[in-house]
Amino acid sequence: MKKNLKEFKTFPSSTIKEIQRAANEGIYQIRGLGAKRKVPDFDDLVFLGASMSRYPLEGYRETCNTSVILGDRFAKKPIKLDIPITIAGMSFGALGANAKEALGRGASAMGTSTTTGDGGMTQEERGSSKYLVYQLLPSRYGMNPDDLRKADAIEVVVGQGAKPGGGGMLLGQKINKRVAGMRTLPEGIDQRSACRHPDWTGPDDLEIKIQELREITNWEKPIYIKVGAARPYYDTTLAVKAGADVVVLDGMQGGTAATQDVFIEHVGIPTLGALREAVDALKELNMHRKVQLIVSGGIRSGADVAKAMAMGADAVSIGSAAMMALNCNADLYVEDYKKLGTEPGYCHHCHTGKCPVGVATQDPELEKRLNPIEAGKRIKNYLTTLTLELQTLARANGKSDVRNLEPEDLAALTVEAAAMARVPLAGTDWIPGKK
Amino acid sequence: MNFDLNKKTLREVNQHLQNFDRKKNTRKFEISNPQGQHAICAGLKDDIDITIKGHTGYYCAGMNQKATVTVHGNVGTGVAENMMSGKIIVKGNASQSAGATGHGGALIIEGDASSRCGISMKGIDIVVKGSVGHMSAFMAQKGNLVVMGDADADLGDSIYEAKIFVKGKVKSLGADCVEKKMDKKNIDELTKLFKKLNISEDPKKFKRYGSSRNLYNFKIDNVGAY
Repeated sequence: MKKNLKEFKTFPSSTIKEIQRAANEGIYQIRGLGAKRKVPDFDDLVFLGASMSRYPLEGYRETCNTSVILGDRFAKKPIKLDIPITIAGMSFGALGANAKEALGRGASAMGTSTTTGDGGMTQEERGSSKYLVYQLLPSRYGMNPDDLRKADAIEVVVGQGAKPGGGGMLLGQKINKRVAGMRTLPEGIDQRSACRHPDWTGPDDLEIKIQELREITNWEKPIYIKVGAARPYYDTTLAVKAGADVVVLDGMQGGTAATQDVFIEHVGIPTLGALREAVDALKELNMHRKVQLIVSGGIRSGADVAKAMAMGADAVSIGSAAMMALNCNADLYVEDYKKLGTEPGYCHHCHTGKCPVGVATQDPELEKRLNPIEAGKRIKNYLTTLTLELQTLARANGKSDVRNLEPEDLAALTVEAAAMARVPLAGTDWIPGKK
Repeated sequence: MNFDLNKKTLREVNQHLQNFDRKKNTRKFEISNPQGQHAICAGLKDDIDITIKGHTGYYCAGMNQKATVTVHGNVGTGVAENMMSGKIIVKGNASQSAGATGHGGALIIEGDASSRCGISMKGIDIVVKGSVGHMSAFMAQKGNLVVMGDADADLGDSIYEAKIFVKGKVKSLGADCVEKKMDKKNIDELTKLFKKLNISEDPKKFKRYGSSRNLYNFKIDNVGAY
């Protein structure tokens, strides 16, 4: 800030600029990725570690199990993942085919799953993915029973953290011939998916829909229900009632290919608070660990994974971070970032289709910047790092299985985080709101 | 071959129909006592012929491939949802979202269909001999919705490239849906469809509706249309 000049707290320069942009253009901003505002998150928690009253495990000698079984409530063929870190649903269309293939390669190398998105299943993705979760979205773009049977699990998407209550969006510049063909849409139109499913409305209907999906797939596939973090206690309860094998809870830090900035920043609640409520719901129903909980939205490090699991998640899912491992926002092709009016580290221009690093694009020249084999190795490396960090923290807390991490291992650094996560404020036994 | 849903479970019946032995089994089946059960005949994938004697619940013949299913009764929500191919004939009335997101094949409803008939349809042909409820053909992408009776409010709201033909009255059209000229090409197409589905109707009595394509790309000038 310039010396002796006092900025308006209510109208900082960024707000003034946005008011003037809106006044000139008369339309909201659309952008990609997730919330940029600061919200309470896993950084506001710390692990206590072992000491006199807790016994640690040897970091380099004693095993620490990371495998997890998803979907054993009703499905004949639950998925056994080697690590509790999955790749979140991102559409072919939002991402290019090379990016989807790379995600599949990296996830498969680590024995974990990747997920389709609002655009159907590509051969590249199925071919490169050991475990592929097939999303059933309101649009039903590309949905067909053959792909349903090829999937390893089915994820009914009710909402996503970046925009609970909103449908998908893919602007015309990314609707090329192949994307349009898969979605049965004209090329070049601005595709705005429905926000509600076309053939069911509430949880009672969804229960019947799930029955149909199970009938079509011989009751083999685990059925996930994905919800954006809106009312997670009730949404989780209703998902269990509807017959989910797995609940996927996506917090407000979760990303999107494109939606209104006002939606991304102002709808939904942070992952930290949402996770606690979802776990409470499962425990009250005596379904914790019986219906598995996958949490997503702002997971970046093994510490985030470990904290989510300590709070009660069975696994996590990563989307934006996986894109970054593919090179999203990398310090490459800087001139192309500048052409978009941005810089590496700040870019959220997925919606333009002009991704400088070839991840979120359908432009064949830009896509060449992402080699799916090399990028797949980076995903593998990243997942390896997260897993090692997760194991390190689990061992430090005396756990031989990462799912044995528990809230008692945590303390909060802020009052807000203590209230949301319902773990004591560090150095006290105080949990706000708990008598 | 007859299946009595009073005596066999839905799973047993569907499993048999989904995995029948092409060499040994007959291709004709009858299901009695459906009693409104859901997902009857869901996920069929062979060229077989099934008659259901009675009313069905939600998602009858969901995601059908190749099979022909005739329901001698009424059907619940989402009959023939996401159908890929084959033919579904409903002798009675259909509840909401009939033929939702269907990619191909034909759905013939001899009675009325409730709201959102043909929602997000992606290539299916739907013929309703009675009337359809509100918001039918909402976001319809491809295929034909033919209505011999009337259509309730907001027909074809946010429609893409699907075609709607209505013989009776249309209460109102939804956003971006307009009446279009019924030219010789359209009459020929409808004639061909009726012939294929063995329907006796005069295509010239129908009006055609489709997308004005004004909302395909978001323009601020169109914001009032939503």
